[in-house]
Amino acid sequence: MSDTNLLQIDNLACIRDDRVLFEHLNLLLAAGQMLLVEGANGSGKTSLLRILTGLKLADEGEVLWQGKPIDQLAADYTEQVSYVGHHDGVKRELSCLENLRLVQAMGKPSGVELDDALDRFGLYRYGDTLVSNLSAGQKRRLALSRLIVTESQLWILDEPFTSLDKNSMAGFERMFEQHLAEQGVIVMTSHHDIGMVNADIQRLDLSQ
Amino acid sequence: MFLWFHKLGSPPHFYRIAGNWLPWLGTIFLLLLVAGVYGGLVLAPPDYQQGDSYRIIFIHVPSAWMSLFIYMVMAACGVVILVWRMKIAEIVLISSAPIGASFTFLALATGSLWGKPMWGTWWVWDARLTSELILLFLYLGVIGLHGAIEDKRVATRAIAILAIVGMVNIPIIHYSVEWWNSLHQGATVTKFDKPSIHWSMLIPLLLMALAFQVYYLLALFQSCRAELLQRERNSKWVEELIAK
Amino acid sequence: MTRLSLSQAFIYLLRRDLTLAFRNRAEFANPLLFFIMVVTLFPLAIGAVPELLARIAPGIIWVAALLAAMLSLESIFRSDFDDGSLDQLLMSAHPMPLLVLAKVCAHWLVTGFPLLIISPILAEMLGMPQQAQGVLFLTILIGTPVLSLVGSIGVALTVGLPKGGIILSILVLPLYVPVLIFAASAIEAAAGGLDVSAQIYMLLAFLFLALSLSPVAAAAALKISMS
Repeated sequence: MSDTNLLQIDNLACIRDDRVLFEHLNLLLAAGQMLLVEGANGSGKTSLLRILTGLKLADEGEVLWQGKPIDQLAADYTEQVSYVGHHDGVKRELSCLENLRLVQAMGKPSGVELDDALDRFGLYRYGDTLVSNLSAGQKRRLALSRLIVTESQLWILDEPFTSLDKNSMAGFERMFEQHLAEQGVIVMTSHHDIGMVNADIQRLDLSQ
Repeated sequence: MFLWFHKLGSPPHFYRIAGNWLPWLGTIFLLLLVAGVYGGLVLAPPDYQQGDSYRIIFIHVPSAWMSLFIYMVMAACGVVILVWRMKIAEIVLISSAPIGASFTFLALATGSLWGKPMWGTWWVWDARLTSELILLFLYLGVIGLHGAIEDKRVATRAIAILAIVGMVNIPIIHYSVEWWNSLHQGATVTKFDKPSIHWSMLIPLLLMALAFQVYYLLALFQSCRAELLQRERNSKWVEELIAK
Repeated sequence: MTRLSLSQAFIYLLRRDLTLAFRNRAEFANPLLFFIMVVTLFPLAIGAVPELLARIAPGIIWVAALLAAMLSLESIFRSDFDDGSLDQLLMSAHPMPLLVLAKVCAHWLVTGFPLLIISPILAEMLGMPQQAQGVLFLTILIGTPVLSLVGSIGVALTVGLPKGGIILSILVLPLYVPVLIFAASAIEAAAGGLDVSAQIYMLLAFLFLALSLSPVAAAAALKISMS
């Protein structure tokens, strides 16, 4: 694992209505590391993740990627990020394959064949099925499959394991470990217990 | 000088400086208003065509000028907000909107009052009045959008864009409405046009315009201070202020 | 693998939106039906006096087109907002104004183009003279894309707001006035046998202005609305 700090959070603050969700947040994340954000509901986990994606503006401080502020990097930064939020980010009226083709069209495609990607997540048979006919768990798996059809170093995941059963969860945890082993970075929130014992995990609790 | 301007950008300083200016602004406004009204109602001679009922222009025209001027200020604030994210610009933008809308409404009302004795109707689809009406909708749009968005930081940035888009459109709308009016009016001169204005009417007009400008600053500063207190109610300088 | 070129990404998103619209056919028929209904209401309201109807036909059709366009604006970003796709588009490797332009093009093809096809029929029903009908077609061809483009800024500002539709009308109608003025005037002039080049040039100017500026403004507005 290299020592280069890829993601730096510098004096970050977020205020919603009158409440300070968090302030004076400082963090360094290197390649191969994972940040697990914990905290009660409403403690600002989703806001923090959205600030890291660049979708939301922080009230104070900045986020740096490889030393440069992400609002300056703009598309150069977001190209290297894959984000799976609360919503699945897939179109109900499109099939699984059509959705994955769209993901590749909008980002930087990896060399993975779409059928192989679907197969890995148990969706091979549903390639041409419309998403509206899938179960919640299957939709979530499709949402997460965007992580391997595009090349991105930073994965930002907000409650990725919602609607998933234990087997699927375990499969994804293996996938995350592999990503970290390949010098990737993951920022994640989850209220499930994470069974990734081999990984280099920093924990951040926003509840104080 | 530059340092003073920079200081103005900081909330507690703006609050204090604006507060100091208020009594001066109030006095100057009253002086200008009295001078303008006296000049317009008493000193200026009656119009050879319209008699005494033309005198409403001393309120109507400055109001119309202010309605346009304030929108330009809002658009300028919009640019400052999007490029430099200055908090004071956000406050000025949202505080100016109701003031601008009021001036627009005043222009419309006085225009209507002018129309009644002149042409017997409360409303004419004149180019200027129609443009003012559309300008009123633009103002109401800004106020409405700000009110509809819950997160007020997002709201001010949204109306910054709206103000800029509106500003770009105002000349287009103005020209379009004038063109439209010229089609259906035929050869008659636009009703609110004055060929050339005598200095005895021009001076009170300018005095009133200046008075309205000062009033804008007065109302703006008062409104900004209130808005500033509201927004920064959790910060130290406000708490110290309340403690005093 | 390298990412798609700008034009490829544009076409891809355009085709995606057209596919989505096609699979949601019923929803997209509404603006067209609304357009026809509004035009039908006028003879019912003011009496089927042929000369009167023919005289105000340009205005009726264009006001109806305006309202139908406004009604359809929500669909540009609503679905993407609801399922999280809008976040993904904002994080795309491609410039957002380009993606917005693709979506607006798709929107016009689905909502504005049908109005174009049906307008000669409605014009005939209102008794519009033949020489004016050609100009009507031209104004709708040039004007409705402007409505979609300018409207997209309004929707971008109100996406996700609970009562977004009402605010949207107030925001967008003042911006639609110039198009309405020149379009209706062009058709009237054509009905009277006069030259319409001035009006058409103005409409074209609006179109080019909207094409260059609206996607940028709408993209900026989306970023702000989603933050």
